Amino acid sequence: MLNKIYDWVDERLDITPMWRDIADHEVPEHVNPAHHFSAFVYCFGGLTFFVTVIQILSGMFLTMYYVPDIENAWRSVYYLQNEVAFGVIVRGMHHWGASLVIVMMFLHTLRVFFTGAYKKPRELNWVVGVLIFFVMLGLGFTGYLLPWDMKALFATKVGIEIAAATPLIGEQIRVLLAGDPNILGAQTLTRFFAIHVFFLPGALLGLMAAHFIMIRKQGISGPL
Amino acid sequence: MHRGKGMKFVGDSRVPANRKPNIPKDYSEFPGKTEAFWPNFLLKEWLVGAVFLIGYLSLTVAHEPPLEKIADPTDAGYIPLPDWYFLFLYQLLKYDFASGPYNVIGAFVIPGIAFGALLLAPFIDRGPARRPGKRPLATGFMLLGVAATIFLTWESVAYHDWETQRSQGEIVAEVEINTEAEGYAIYEQQGCINCHGENLEGGAGPNLTDTGLSPEEIADIAVNGKGQMPAGLFKGTDEELQQLAEFISDPAAE
Repeated sequence: MLNKIYDWVDERLDITPMWRDIADHEVPEHVNPAHHFSAFVYCFGGLTFFVTVIQILSGMFLTMYYVPDIENAWRSVYYLQNEVAFGVIVRGMHHWGASLVIVMMFLHTLRVFFTGAYKKPRELNWVVGVLIFFVMLGLGFTGYLLPWDMKALFATKVGIEIAAATPLIGEQIRVLLAGDPNILGAQTLTRFFAIHVFFLPGALLGLMAAHFIMIRKQGISGPL
Repeated sequence: MHRGKGMKFVGDSRVPANRKPNIPKDYSEFPGKTEAFWPNFLLKEWLVGAVFLIGYLSLTVAHEPPLEKIADPTDAGYIPLPDWYFLFLYQLLKYDFASGPYNVIGAFVIPGIAFGALLLAPFIDRGPARRPGKRPLATGFMLLGVAATIFLTWESVAYHDWETQRSQGEIVAEVEINTEAEGYAIYEQQGCINCHGENLEGGAGPNLTDTGLSPEEIADIAVNGKGQMPAGLFKGTDEELQQLAEFISDPAAE
């Protein structure tokens, strides 16, 4: 049955080459923890992706309750956490996932660095990876404000002050992020929400696609 | 593969009509103990993922995500703290050589060099050697960067006032305050309201809705102060002091 469906689609869209690119490739011995236990360091990248998927899914569920408005943002998070069934689990996964993704990404970066895997011909993939790192830090920074509690507001105030100290374009960055040269308020919250939910995830998905296409194209780096 | 004249397509599409069988390649001839990603290796990856997920969910269940009270921009006494993975940047800005007039150094020059070098690592470390021992400069700078990040994070955590951090943002249940009481008038008139808030919710001073103290103890604090609160703030009569203490001891009483 499944084979028939596959053949039906394949006849029309020729998906076998895509399938080959995604799934049909060899896994060399030196990255397989089943053969060398120390190869578990090669799992960090995959686990980063795993947490990222969980972040996207839990974030999608959070937006079913979250209201990006200074009157209701905190109340909606409080309601989600205390009244909604499993709301505390969903928010908890998103909260702890944000830390885990940084930890796993840090470990993945160190693994790639110390195995020298960024050397020719993989320079571009390293650059894309570091850009993903920056996007993730941006997601962490913008997501911190959204619950609109005390620490969110005051940490963001400090963060925006630092960004505003940028030489030459500091004021422009401040207005872009906060929506106003003086006030950190309603505008800031909606902007951070838009950046956190639309702009940065869009950038992240594009960069991750590039990251994965390159690794498929080049294959994993050989043993040391 | 058939190219050029005589190619057959599915209908009027660009999809070639001759099918390739969808059988995975045999990897047994590759050097080493290679195995196929699908489905052998993917199953093992899922097992690793499942173990990871159990740890992740245990963390989630054991520690409720923190939520402080609703943002109040007027609370000037609040000590801000970013998420832990920004602490190293935050700590860097506290050193003399990287703050005040040298803020640009702490906020842009040092992080810019560090992250710029990270981004451009493949173009800085261009030699063919891959083993860490064979490229001492790259390895050394990376270890230095990691050590600096860990050290700065540790410094920040060690010097932060976690006691205040816990209490300053706590969600306080809204308590019915009897603002008609004599005690509330005194509370207002003696200036307690400036630090402890309109509804005793706290501000520069601690929250007073549920002190659990007796009127005598409260009267003593009002006169002699406590912690950051200096002595001699209360300047009324003994009778007023008594009323104030009774009010704060039970602010909801009629």
